[in-house]
Amino acid sequence: MTAADVQVNGPDTTAALGGTPGFVVQLEQFSGPLDLLLHLLREQRIDIADIPIARIADQFLQSISQLGLNQAADYLDMASRLVRLKAQLLLPRHGDEEGWEDPRAELVRRLLEYQQVKEIALFLGKQAERRALQYVRGYLPPPPELPEPPLTLDLTDLMVAVERVLAGILTPVLHRVVARPLDVEGAALRIEVLLAERSEISFRDAVGPNPSIVDLLSTLLALLELAKRGLLRVAQDQPFAPMVIRRDAPGPAD
Amino acid sequence: MTPLAQLIEAALFSASRPLTVEELTTLDPDAGHADVRTALDLLKEHYDFAPHGVELVELAGGYQILTRPAFAEAIERANFTPRAPRLTPAALETLAIIAYRQPVGRAEIEEIRGVSAGGVLRALQERNLIEVVGRGEALGRPLLYGTTPSFLELLGMNDLADLPRADELTIALRPHPAASTGPDDATAYVPAES
Repeated sequence: MTAADVQVNGPDTTAALGGTPGFVVQLEQFSGPLDLLLHLLREQRIDIADIPIARIADQFLQSISQLGLNQAADYLDMASRLVRLKAQLLLPRHGDEEGWEDPRAELVRRLLEYQQVKEIALFLGKQAERRALQYVRGYLPPPPELPEPPLTLDLTDLMVAVERVLAGILTPVLHRVVARPLDVEGAALRIEVLLAERSEISFRDAVGPNPSIVDLLSTLLALLELAKRGLLRVAQDQPFAPMVIRRDAPGPAD
Repeated sequence: MTPLAQLIEAALFSASRPLTVEELTTLDPDAGHADVRTALDLLKEHYDFAPHGVELVELAGGYQILTRPAFAEAIERANFTPRAPRLTPAALETLAIIAYRQPVGRAEIEEIRGVSAGGVLRALQERNLIEVVGRGEALGRPLLYGTTPSFLELLGMNDLADLPRADELTIALRPHPAASTGPDDATAYVPAES
């Protein structure tokens, strides 16, 4: 029997994928490479303890190609192990036959072990079937239906969701906390000190670095107060332009 | 039926899982284990004597009232209750390994099955059939899995000892390896009759 004779009854759709790049999503027929290997052996009535590796390796490669499994890492891993075994068995043996260890032993062990797992799985399946014939009182709610991936939402859905969340938030009670009253005197003092050094300062100089709203208001009131007293002049080239503050000798007010 | 048997019947009727004798003793401060067992026997007889549609079943280390298998087909056809989906072969194989090797890590499961197990393990955990029971000594302290009472319930078993023993299987079991096996671990193999 040649490798070409092997017919694995794979679903046609999967077989059509053979050789084309892509991902294997469903492997319904075989639950793994060991399962496929066991299938090949059983089909040809091969004794697990004496596997004709060269033949089986070729058949395995052919099968995964037909089934479109040749992109699946687990199957490729097994394929490479088989090819390695095949190569090992082709090498001439040296020395005494006693010390020679069959390189197939590991594979045989795994296959037997896996066969046993399958036997237990079959038992568990039958048990579950039998148990399923008896109903318990007690209602198990069906799991919630998940939205189809990928999650599709448009902007309106999002806005509606945001509205709904915001509507649920209680309006916060805002307390007006006044940190400290306006310090007009302090600001006036600072301006006077500055004007004693320079004849002209900007409003920015007057308020100092990183002014708070209290600083701004204090300075503004102080400026107006000092201007009213005729100690300085405040000028502005045009609306919203920087204010320029000039020292002014006492004299007739404008 | 004694008052205690009636009380136990009511409790079992109300519960959605098997209740143990231990749990049933908490129903009545005057009832000891022996009393509860006697009452359970009474209840079982009661259901079996003039056969009822339900029976008292010993399950997952406790007791539960279940419908008799004879009515399964009609109940299923009527579609009154949703049924849990059947387990896939991959899930059953993974459960088989965990049931026999617990506590067992993902690497060993993958080694035995020859495929990655992440998805199946997650699905089994979601169905509460397995749970993390500890961490292994190996590199990365891998999570170790074991079966849950729900696993026994699902299979209608009372105890893990109800699983077939290795010598009852047609395929011989290799001895439990001390450590996870590598490709060099083939020396211990002895061919088995199959």
